[in-house]
Amino acid sequence: MELVTPEWGLVAWTTITFLILLVLLKAFAWKPIMSAINDREKSIEDALLKAEAAKEEMSRLTGENESLIKQARAERDLILHEAKKVKDQMIADAKEIAHKEGARMIELARVEINNQKAIAMADVKNQVATLSIQIAEKLLQKQLEDQKSQDELVAQLLKEVKL
Amino acid sequence: MDFSHILNSKKITLSVVLSIFSLLFTYKAFAVQEQKTQEIAVESKEAEKFDPSATILEHIGDSHYFHVGGHIAFPLPVILYTNKGLEIFSSEQFEEGEKVYQGKYYKYALIKDKIKAVTGEDKTIDESAGLIDFSITKNVASMWMSVLLLFIIFFSVASAYKKREGKAPKGLQSLLEPVILFIRDDVALPNIGYKYQRFMPLLLTVFFFILINNLIGMVPFFPGGSNVTGNIAVTFVLAVITLIVVNVNGNKYYWKHIFAPDVPFWLYPIMWVVELAGIISKPFALMVRLFANIMAGHVIVIALISLIFIFQTLGIAPVSVAFTLFIDVLELLVAFLQAFIFTMLMALFIGSAVEEHHH
Repeated sequence: MELVTPEWGLVAWTTITFLILLVLLKAFAWKPIMSAINDREKSIEDALLKAEAAKEEMSRLTGENESLIKQARAERDLILHEAKKVKDQMIADAKEIAHKEGARMIELARVEINNQKAIAMADVKNQVATLSIQIAEKLLQKQLEDQKSQDELVAQLLKEVKL
Repeated sequence: MDFSHILNSKKITLSVVLSIFSLLFTYKAFAVQEQKTQEIAVESKEAEKFDPSATILEHIGDSHYFHVGGHIAFPLPVILYTNKGLEIFSSEQFEEGEKVYQGKYYKYALIKDKIKAVTGEDKTIDESAGLIDFSITKNVASMWMSVLLLFIIFFSVASAYKKREGKAPKGLQSLLEPVILFIRDDVALPNIGYKYQRFMPLLLTVFFFILINNLIGMVPFFPGGSNVTGNIAVTFVLAVITLIVVNVNGNKYYWKHIFAPDVPFWLYPIMWVVELAGIISKPFALMVRLFANIMAGHVIVIALISLIFIFQTLGIAPVSVAFTLFIDVLELLVAFLQAFIFTMLMALFIGSAVEEHHH
């Protein structure tokens, strides 16, 4: 019976001791420990969340990059295509221009040739005329060298003249 | 899995060691016996028969001396409250209970390890003194030592948390952090709910107070050897604290459940009696469980050691030591288990008091 009868002295001391222990540990141990643990847990959680967010951001960026690359590629294709078109156009244009120019120059050449031909012909005609006159002159000179022939001619010419 | 060979080999080693041990000691014992045959013959007439129950009761009970070993014991301060005033002196004055001490107001004597006011040298108890013993007994001293140890441990851990803010725990800190987190995540949080934070200091203090006293109680020599958590006064205080904390924090649902439960109104008087019995019986069970478990461990250990003195041969010593070792290992488990169970049930009772009901 003695064993299960609490002694009041021990009860009193236990109460006092336990309350002091509780108060002191609460103030100087449990509060800093629990708050440190909570803070650390919070910071770890934050870090994990941040890592997750960074991962998401990363994947978003990667996706964005990919789409950018795709877009750039399409744009490049478009530009190339357009450039090709322009090139073709330019070639065609140049061809046409060259063609036209050629034709024009040929035409010009032809006109020039004709002109030159005409000039040459005229020249030739002049030369022929001159030569003919010279020949004629020489022939006349030769024919009219003696007095008799001259008289004959004059006589002939006089005869022809009809008054 | 077949581990029988390990078990067998261990058994063999153990029995070999024990038999050698017993051989040595029986030989020695014989040698001593031969030398002192005459003395013993003289003494044995006076020597009382060894009384194990007295030894056990002495060891698990409180004392005004702190035994270190053999006949060396520290005297402890005696503080007595009498109807005439306080008396403070050292327990040295009793000279191991041999002498009657003349105090300021009364004469005191140590009767069965308890201080009583007496009328004279014949140790007749004087009931008129109204004596209340507030002495610093062995249990109080031991409790103070464990409290000091708790302060040293947890203040250093707290300072480690301040020094290594945000870093991984280290040393003692990393040893205790899982325990603290265990109390928080597996004891407080599931039983109390989201209001757990307010009760964490109490639960942690109770857990470590019980644990360290259980463990120190297992050390058979100074500074252990006390039986703090196996003393009903200590568990009584812890139970009363539980009772107060639970009922002070009880919300309207808790009180409604007690005073206006969902039964026909004419059953109320019976329900009141039952519920009030429940309020008392919960902490009462806590008190008895811890007390009985720890005390039983001490009783078994001392009983096993007492076998040596009952049979009056050292031949039984190996058996005693082996069984004591087994019980000690078991008690180590019980020390942790009882601290956990007490804290767990305390959290459960608090949880039932602060719970928001959703019927």
